[in-house]
Amino acid sequence: MLEIKDLTVQYGKNPPTIEHFNLSMEKGEIISVVGESGSGKTTVIRAVLGALAGGGRVTAGDILFQGKSLLNNNKDEWRKLRGTKMSMIFQDCGGTLNPIRKIGSQYVEYVCTHSNKTKQEAWALGVSMLEKMRLPDAENIMNSFPHQLSGGMRQRVGIAIAMTFNPELLLADEPTSALDVTTQAQIVRQMMELRDNFGTSIIIVTHNIGVAAYMADQMVVMQHGKVVDQGTRDEVMNHPTSEYTKQLLASVPEMEGERFV
Amino acid sequence: MFNEKDIVMKSEHIVKQFPASHGRTLTACNDINLNVYKGKTLGIVGESGCGKSTFVRMVISMDKPTSGKIIYRGRNLAELSKKEIWENRQNLQMVFQDPLASFNPKMKIIDILTEPLMNYGKLKRSEKEAKAKELLEMVELPADFMYRYPHNMSGGQRQRISIARALSLEPEILVCDEATSALDVSVQKTVIELLVKLQKEKNISMIFICHDLALIQSFAHQIAVMYLGHIVEVIPGADVAHNSKHPYTLALLGAQFSIHMDPNEKIESIESEAPSPLDVPVGCPFQNRCEHCTEKCKKEMPALKEIENGHLVACHMIEA
Repeated sequence: MLEIKDLTVQYGKNPPTIEHFNLSMEKGEIISVVGESGSGKTTVIRAVLGALAGGGRVTAGDILFQGKSLLNNNKDEWRKLRGTKMSMIFQDCGGTLNPIRKIGSQYVEYVCTHSNKTKQEAWALGVSMLEKMRLPDAENIMNSFPHQLSGGMRQRVGIAIAMTFNPELLLADEPTSALDVTTQAQIVRQMMELRDNFGTSIIIVTHNIGVAAYMADQMVVMQHGKVVDQGTRDEVMNHPTSEYTKQLLASVPEMEGERFV
Repeated sequence: MFNEKDIVMKSEHIVKQFPASHGRTLTACNDINLNVYKGKTLGIVGESGCGKSTFVRMVISMDKPTSGKIIYRGRNLAELSKKEIWENRQNLQMVFQDPLASFNPKMKIIDILTEPLMNYGKLKRSEKEAKAKELLEMVELPADFMYRYPHNMSGGQRQRISIARALSLEPEILVCDEATSALDVSVQKTVIELLVKLQKEKNISMIFICHDLALIQSFAHQIAVMYLGHIVEVIPGADVAHNSKHPYTLALLGAQFSIHMDPNEKIESIESEAPSPLDVPVGCPFQNRCEHCTEKCKKEMPALKEIENGHLVACHMIEA
């Protein structure tokens, strides 16, 4: 469904941020991209969404979505694609909501922009999506401002919005990194349910290797913009080929693992 | 393992309340009793908003408790004068979550590192360079870093600098507030190894705030689990994985992702969110998320009881 061939991305005249990145994914697959900060994980999914920040551009390679190259899309084509066929969840979804407008009004605007629904239909759709994300009292949330919700609830609102049009591809950039462990577990479980219920393909970028390993069918380990390990979950976790992956796995703290004292 | 005579700091019935809008009060810490032992690490875990940071701010005298005492060297910290607090800070130093925010961006590393010593008049200007070199060596950084600015360093290097700065005064107690949360796992591991090594060399006591149970259990001697301003369990670090009793600690353990876990295994986590600290329910603070909740839990607040040596739990379901 999505194919990334030999992708190279450069910001300005700097050396490439990612080099020779290859990936192919099928419907309903979950791929996790792990690596340290600055390794180019986020750049990969931003390139897929055509939303590279600050002078970033694809200098080589190709990205094919459902057989069609994304690189030559004009603005209109992007608008049809983003938000409906592919959407993104950010690290801080609360930060992407307008703080002085209620959730409901933003939700309705989003739905109306991407479809021909009336405001009432859009509102009803919003409420039903929030309920699907197991948010209690969805009507009340639609009438709340973002600051009235907790971090975990805002994140779930963000995921609900991203999932409204049942996208075929969901890009998640550190969706749980800012959350507490209990909330993180809830969000991870709900993302897995999306795949089971809607057949959504998900690319999740995270530095939490535990979460990545739990969710993934395929894993990609990146370092300094290069892929150092790639394969199925089992291959990467149990038979890593590169030294870097081995070190990375060894430094993850484990319950009843190594004790320093 | 924990002797009464090794206690370096003792907090007794600490309560901290903040005024909130509409005449309400926010209780950030409620009846906190904790001991810090010589050369040992006390880990504090809990969700955001549970009062961990408020507690350590009182420990280093940045805030005064509403009631209760923190006894250090036979004195109550809340009763010290400004001058005494200033003098006491030599013994109580802190490492913050975001080192960049705690450094002056216009100061070079050499000045950042030696500022505490200069402040207490323990260092001559001519000795600055030698001391900075020694401190950098201690945290395993090359000596030429002393002429750099903080923005020229990576996150892990900066965190080492803030550890070196905090240890330059040779404090008795080092407080780390989420000192490794912003770092990558591999860097996190080296920072923890460094802290443990320095602790053994200098016999420092540490208070370490963290929300990652797997990390904290790897090096803490005792762990306090906080929930909504209450201590719900205190347990020796080595026992957390197999001997935790409080339902909240078990929920935290269930929500841990491990790299060795079976992907088909369902991840267990408690539903719903913690109640607002503005509106703490009567009875057990954990009642609305606990599956064992009974009538008694809704009425009566469980006391922290010792069930084994060094293992305290606050839950009606668990008998000593």
